[in-house]
Amino acid sequence: MKKIMLTALRMLTLLTAISILSFLMMAKAPIDPLTAYIGTNSTISEDAREEIAEYWGLNDPPLERFMTWAGNTLRGEFGRSIVYKQPVLTVIKERFRYSLALMLIAWLSSGILGFVLGIGAAVCKDSILDRGIRTVCLVFQSAPTFWVGLIMLSVFAVNLGWFPIGLAAPMGKMASEVTLAERIYHLILPSITLSILGIGKITLYTRQKLLEILDSEFMLYARARGENTWQMVKSHGIRNIAIPAITVQFASFSELFGGIALAETVFSYPGIGSAVTAAGLGGDVPLLLGIAIFSAVFVFTGNLIANILYGMVDPRIREGFSHE
Amino acid sequence: MKGQKEPVLAVKELCVSFTMYDRGLNRREFEMVHQLSLTVNAGEIVAVAGSSGSGKSLLAHGILGILPENAKVTGTMEFCGRRLEEASLKKLRGREIAFIPQSVKYLDPLMKVGRQVIGPCSRAEKKERQEKLKQVFARYQLEESVANLYPYQLSGGMARRVLISGAVMKPAKLIVADEPTPGLQESLARETLCNFRELAQEGCGVLLITHDIDLALQMADRIAIFYDGKILETVPAAAFSGDGRAFLRALPQNEFAAEQKFPGAGNTEGFRQRII
Repeated sequence: MKKIMLTALRMLTLLTAISILSFLMMAKAPIDPLTAYIGTNSTISEDAREEIAEYWGLNDPPLERFMTWAGNTLRGEFGRSIVYKQPVLTVIKERFRYSLALMLIAWLSSGILGFVLGIGAAVCKDSILDRGIRTVCLVFQSAPTFWVGLIMLSVFAVNLGWFPIGLAAPMGKMASEVTLAERIYHLILPSITLSILGIGKITLYTRQKLLEILDSEFMLYARARGENTWQMVKSHGIRNIAIPAITVQFASFSELFGGIALAETVFSYPGIGSAVTAAGLGGDVPLLLGIAIFSAVFVFTGNLIANILYGMVDPRIREGFSHE
Repeated sequence: MKGQKEPVLAVKELCVSFTMYDRGLNRREFEMVHQLSLTVNAGEIVAVAGSSGSGKSLLAHGILGILPENAKVTGTMEFCGRRLEEASLKKLRGREIAFIPQSVKYLDPLMKVGRQVIGPCSRAEKKERQEKLKQVFARYQLEESVANLYPYQLSGGMARRVLISGAVMKPAKLIVADEPTPGLQESLARETLCNFRELAQEGCGVLLITHDIDLALQMADRIAIFYDGKILETVPAAAFSGDGRAFLRALPQNEFAAEQKFPGAGNTEGFRQRII
C-alpha cells in the first residue's frame, strides 16, 4: 500500500516537472503561436493581431500563462490543435490507435525475436552464428532509425515495389472501406524499421545474461546430473533470464516512443510520432504539450509494469528477500 | 572390503590443465592436477583431503566431465572397467555417477527443489519419479512439503539432505561429493557422513572431497592426501590411529606444527614433511 502511494507520488511529481519543463521550452522557443495560427502571409491588421494576443493571454507573464494552462489541463481541457483544427485529446486518441498498433507489433516482435536470437547466440557462444548475431545487433543498435527507414523504403517499396511507400491505408479510399489486410500491409515496413531499433539491445542483453547463468554453479550441477545443454537452457536458463529480459523490454518503452517519431515521419504514417513532427514544425503548442504529457504517462506506465513484474515473478523479491 | 572385483572408479595419471592468456597474447598452460591416480571400490568411502584451493574440486569435475571448456584433460578414467569418455560420461552423469555439490547455491534459485531433485523427465516418467521422490524424502526425514520450497527457503540441514536426495534418485554406483560438510554443525556434518556410510553399505563407491580431515578420518575407509594437484599418499584410515595421529598435529585446526616454517598456502606442507 505504501509502495502504491509512493509510486503515485512519483508519477505526480514527474508529470509536474515535465509540464513545467515543456511549457518553459515552448514559451522560450522561437515559435509565435499567433503567426502559426493565422499564417505568415496573412493580411490581418496589427490591431486585430493585438486583440487576439490579448484574448489568448499571450501578453501575460509566463507564470500566469502556465497556471491558466495547467488549470485547464487538470480539468481535462488540453486546448485545440492548430495544425489539425481539432481538440488535442481527439487528435491524440485518434493517432494513438495507429501508433499503438505499430508499437505493439514492433515491441512484441523485437522482444520475442531478440530473446530467441540472444539464447541462440549464448548457446552457440563464439560460433559463426554467435558472431553473426552479435555483429548484426551492433549494426542495428548503432544505425539511426530514420536512416534504416529510408533504406527500407528505397529497397522494398521503391526498387522492389513489395510494399506501399507510406501512409496507413491505400490513398483515395474511404476510411470505412479499408480492410484489415490493407492496414497490416501498410504496417509491415514501419514496424520492421521500429523493431530493428529495439532488437539489438534485447538480443545482446539476453545473450549476456544467459552466458552468466550458464556459468553459474547451478548450471554446473544441472550438467552433473546429466542434463544436456538444451534441457539446461530450457528448464533453468529461460526461467532465470525471462524476468530481467521482460523488464528490459518494458523499460525500452521510452526508446520506442522516440523511435516512432522518426519512423512514422519517414513512412508518413499517421500516428503520434508524425503528429509530433507536424506540431513541432507548425508551432502547435497545445498539441506538443499534450503529447509530451501523454508520452510521459506512457513511458512511466512501461517502467511501472517492469517493476511490478519483477517483484511478482521472482519468489525472492516477492517475499522481500534480498539477493545479489 | 569388497575390493576383489573391478573398482568402480579407477583414475590413472589424470592431468588437468588450463589454457590461459596472461599479459597480452602470451598463451600459457597451467597444470592444476598432475599425474593423479586413484581408485574407488564398491562399498568403500575414499576421502580426498587437502587444503582449499589445491584443485580438489577439479578432480571431482574432471571425473564428471564438467570442467570448463578451456580445460585440457589427459590420462584415463575407468568406470566399472569401462573407459570414461565424453560420450559415455554424458550417459552416465546423473544416472550411474551422481554428484553432490557443496551448497544450496548449486540449486536453481527460481525452481522449486522438488522439481530439481526430480530433474527433467518425460511425462510418462513423471509419476514414477514423484513416487521415488516421496520415498527418498521420507528416507532423509524431509517432509513432502519441502518439495514445494525454493532453495533460499531451505535451512542448512534441509539443503544438505535435499542435495543428497538428488544423488540417490537413481541407483548410482559412484557418488562424488564435493565438500559436503563445511559450514555445517558438527552433528549435521556427522549425520551427512552417516548417510554416505549407508550409501556405501548399499554398494556405492563414494568419493568424498573434503578439507575436514577429522571427519574424513571418522568416516572414510581410505584417505588420499591431496596437495598441490598431486596425491601424496593413499592410506587406510586406520593408519591414522595410534602413532599415526601425529599427522593430525600438522592440521590447521590443530595449529599445525609446520606453521612457522611454511607460511601462506603451505598448510599441507606438514604432511609432506612427515610422509616423505
